[in-house]
Amino acid sequence: MITLIILSALGILTLFAQVLRFRRGLFPVILVGLAAAFFFTSANYNTNPQVWFSSMLHFDNFAIAFSRSLIVIAFLWFMMARNYFLQETSATDHFALVLFSMVGAVSMVSYNNLTMLFLGIEILSISVYVLAASDKANAFSSEAGFKYFLMGSFATGFLLFGITLIYGVSGSFDLTVIHNSMGAHHEPVMALTGVLLLMVGLAFKASLAPFHFWAPDVYDGAPTPVTAYMATVVKTAAFAAFFRLFYICFPDMVAQWSGVLWWLVVLTLFISNITAVRQTSVKRMLAYSSIAHAGYLAMAIVSMNGDASARAILYYTLTYSVSTISAFTVLYIVSRSKGREDFGAFEGLGKTNPFLSFVLVVAMLSLAGIPPTAGFFGKYYVFFNALQTHNTGLVIIAVLAALIGVYYYFKVIIAVYFKPEQSHIPVTVGGLHQTVLFITTLLTLLLGIFPDVILQWI
Amino acid sequence: MQTAVILLIPFISALAALFIPRKHGKKFAVATSLLALVAAVITFINFPVNNGDYQYVINEPWIQSLGINFHIGIDGISMLMVLLTTFLTPLIILSVVVSETRTPVFYALILFMEAALIGVFVSLDGFLFYIFWELALIPIYFICLLWGGEHRAKVTLKFFIYTLAGSLFMLVALVILYLHTPGSHTFDIQALYQAGRMLDPRLQGFLFLFFFLAFGIKMPVFPLHTWQPDTYTEAPTQGTMLLAGIMLKMGIYGVIRWMLPAVPQGIQQYGDLVLWLSIIGVVYASIIAITRSDIKRLIAYSSIAHVGLIAAGIFAYRSGSMNSQGIQGAIIQMLSHGVNVVGLFFVVDIIQRRTNTRKIGSLGGLRLKAPFFATAFLILTLGAVALPLTDGFVGEFLLINGIYIYKPALAVLGGLTIILGAVYMLRMYQRVALGETSRETENFLDLTPNEKAVLIPLLIMVILIGVCPNIFLKVSEPAVAKLLSGF
Repeated sequence: MITLIILSALGILTLFAQVLRFRRGLFPVILVGLAAAFFFTSANYNTNPQVWFSSMLHFDNFAIAFSRSLIVIAFLWFMMARNYFLQETSATDHFALVLFSMVGAVSMVSYNNLTMLFLGIEILSISVYVLAASDKANAFSSEAGFKYFLMGSFATGFLLFGITLIYGVSGSFDLTVIHNSMGAHHEPVMALTGVLLLMVGLAFKASLAPFHFWAPDVYDGAPTPVTAYMATVVKTAAFAAFFRLFYICFPDMVAQWSGVLWWLVVLTLFISNITAVRQTSVKRMLAYSSIAHAGYLAMAIVSMNGDASARAILYYTLTYSVSTISAFTVLYIVSRSKGREDFGAFEGLGKTNPFLSFVLVVAMLSLAGIPPTAGFFGKYYVFFNALQTHNTGLVIIAVLAALIGVYYYFKVIIAVYFKPEQSHIPVTVGGLHQTVLFITTLLTLLLGIFPDVILQWI
Repeated sequence: MQTAVILLIPFISALAALFIPRKHGKKFAVATSLLALVAAVITFINFPVNNGDYQYVINEPWIQSLGINFHIGIDGISMLMVLLTTFLTPLIILSVVVSETRTPVFYALILFMEAALIGVFVSLDGFLFYIFWELALIPIYFICLLWGGEHRAKVTLKFFIYTLAGSLFMLVALVILYLHTPGSHTFDIQALYQAGRMLDPRLQGFLFLFFFLAFGIKMPVFPLHTWQPDTYTEAPTQGTMLLAGIMLKMGIYGVIRWMLPAVPQGIQQYGDLVLWLSIIGVVYASIIAITRSDIKRLIAYSSIAHVGLIAAGIFAYRSGSMNSQGIQGAIIQMLSHGVNVVGLFFVVDIIQRRTNTRKIGSLGGLRLKAPFFATAFLILTLGAVALPLTDGFVGEFLLINGIYIYKPALAVLGGLTIILGAVYMLRMYQRVALGETSRETENFLDLTPNEKAVLIPLLIMVILIGVCPNIFLKVSEPAVAKLLSGF
C-alpha cells in the first residue's frame, strides 16, 4: 500500500514540477522516490499479507516481489529515458504519466478483486495510450497511440464481459470467493465462457497471438523510450495480473482453459518468431521479439505449477526487461546518431564503439537465451516447469521457436561485427546512458549466474 | 582443489588478457596457458592409478532451490581430456604468426574457450555440464565470426544454430532425468545415472535420441555432419584447431560420461542404428576425402571418418559384455586425433600462408625446398593413417578390436577406414611434398623457430602415444571399468 502512496505522491509532485519550476531537480527526486518505494515495499516482505480497501488489495509476497521488480525496471527505464523527455519534449507531465501508470501496474500485481484488476489495467493503459502518441510531430506516433487506444478498449470490452459472467456465476468480485464457487459447478458453461473471455482480454493486453496484431505497429510507431516502457513494465504487469487471476481463481479448471492457452502459446511462438526473421528494422524486430517472449511467459501459465510458475514469471519478466532496456537504449543511441533504425545502422559498431557492441551482444545473447546470461535461466526455468507438468510437446515446440529466435538476434551481432562501417557517423554515449547500460549488462550476467537471488523473492 | 586451479587459471587469464597491451597479448596468453598445462601435468603425474573414483572433488551449493551444485572432480577419463586441452591450447595460441595482428580479445576468447572446455570435462552436475557445454560455443562462434574466411557470417551462424539445436534437446533430456530423481531432485551425476536406469526402456530410448542429437552433432556423426566441412574451412586456423582438436571431443566425452551410463536401455534399442550410421559415415567421408582437391577440406572430411570410427567403437559396447576395448580405444584415439589434426591443420596453414593456395594440384616438391617441414608433415600423416608405432595405430587397433568383438562384419567395414585413410592421406602427401616444385612452391621457406615450437611438441606426442600408450591407458582404465560396472 505504501508503494501506491509513494508512487502517487511522486506523480503529483512531478505534475507540479512544471508549474513550480523545479524541472532541473526533478529527475533525482524521482529516482530517490523510486528507491524509497523499493525500500518500503520490501519492509512488508514475509509478514502476513497486508489487506487493504475491504480486501480489494492483498500485498502478499507475490505482490511485493512483483512490485519490487516493477520498481527496479522503472528505475532503469527512467535513467534510459531522461534525456529524451527532458530534452526532446519539454513536458515533465510525461514523467507524471509514467508514474501514474506505475500505480496501475502495482495494483495489477496486488489485486484481490476483479474491479481492482479492471481499475489497474485502465490506469496503466490510459497513461500509456497518451505516451504512445506523445511524439506529436510524428504521424506514426499518433497512429500508434490511436491504434493502441482502439484495440485496448476492445480488449477491455472482452475483459468486462468476462468479469460480468464470472460475477454471474459466483456473485462476487472477490478472487477467493470466486475460487470457492468455481469448485461448486453452478453454471459450468457460463463459468467457462467467462474464463475464456477473461483470457482473451488479458491475451490482448499481453499481446498473445492471435490477439497481437496491434503490437508491431504500436511498438514501432511509439517513441523508442515509450516502446521500451511498453515492452518491459507493461508486459510484466500484464503477465503478473494474468497469472494471479488464473492461479487464485481458476486452478481447478486448468484442464478446461489450459488447452486453449496452449494453442495461443504455440501460435504466438511461431507467428512472432517467423515474422521477426523477415524484419529489416531493428525496432520492429524487437517488437516481434517482445511478442515471442510473451509466448514463453504464457508457457509458464499453461504449465501451472503453483509458486514455481510465479517464480518463473517473476524471474523471466525481470531479466527479460533488463535485457530489453539494454537493447532499446543501444537502439535509441544509435538511431539518434544515425537517423535510422534498420540493421544497417549497426554496421561497423564493433570497430567504432566496443563498449556499446559488447552491451548489445550480451543483451542479444540474453534475449536469445544463451548461457550464462539471465535470459537462459529464465527460459530454462519456464521449460523446466513445463516438463514438470508433463507438457513435453510444448517444450519441444518452444525449443524449435527459440532456435528461430537465435537467427534474428544473431543478425544484429553479425551486423555489428561482420559488416564494415558505411556512414562514418560517430556514435556518442552520454554518461547516464553509460551507467544504465553498465548496470543492465552487469545484472544480465550476475542474475544469470546467481538466479537464486530473485527466485527467493516469492 | 587441483580441479579448481586448472579451471580457474585459463578463466582468470581470459579476463586479464582483455587488459593486456596489444603487443604483449600473445606472450601473455602463451604464458598463462602453459601455466595451466603445468598444473594439469602435475595433477597427471600425481594421479592415483588403480582408482576409478573422482579425485579432487569440489561440491558447493550453487542454485540451492533447484538442487544444482557446483560439483567438479577428475577421474581417469577427465584427466586425459584435461591434459589434451591444456596441451593443445598453448600450441594453438603459439601458432598465430607475428604478421597476423590479433587483438587481445582473440587470445581472451581462446583462453575463455579453454576454461569452458575444461569445465565440460570436469563437471559432475548435469546443469553445470550444460552451462559449460554452451559456454564453449560462444567464444568459438566469435573467433570464427571475427577472424574467419569470406563466407564466415552465414557458415558460423549455421554452425551455431545447428549445435544449439542439439544441446537444447540434451538439456530437455537432462531435465527429464532430473525430474525422476527421488526427493527434492538433484542434478548430481550419480543420481541422474540411478534415475535413468530406473526408467522404462521406451523413455530411455527417447532420452538416448535426445542426447544423441547433441553429441552426434558435436562430433559430428553422419548424417548430422553437414555443418562441419564448411565451418572448418571458413574458420581461422586457430578456430579450426580448437574445433577439431578439442571441441569435437566434447561430443565423444559426453557420450561416454553422460549418455551410456544414464540410459543403458537406449543403446540396446538404437545402438545398432547409431553404429551403422557411424560406419556409413566412415566410408562416406573417406570417399569424399579422396575426391577433395582442397587440403583443408580433405582433412576436415578425414576428421569425420576418424570420429565415425571412434563413435562406432563406443556404440559397439553392450551392457554386460564388459568389452571395454572400444571405449578405451575411443579415449586414446581422442588424444591422438587431437594431436594429429591440430598438427595437420597447422601444416595446411603454413602451406596456405606461403603459397596462397590450398589446391593439391598447384602444390608439389615441398620436400626439396623445406626438408624439415616435409618430415614433420610425413610424421603427422603417418600418425593419421595409423602406422604402427604412431599414435593413430593404438587407438584404431583397440577400436576395431572392440567392434570385432561385437560384430565382426562391421569391423571389416570399419577397417576400411585405415585403407581408405592411407589412400587419401598418402596421396595428399605424395602430391604436396614429393614430385616437382610448381610455380607456387618455388620459393617455399622451411619452418621458422615459432613454427618449430608448435610442431615439435606435437611430433613428440605422436611418437610417445604410439610407442608407450600405457602411460595414458592405465590412467583411464580403472575409471572406464568403474563406469561400465555400473550397468
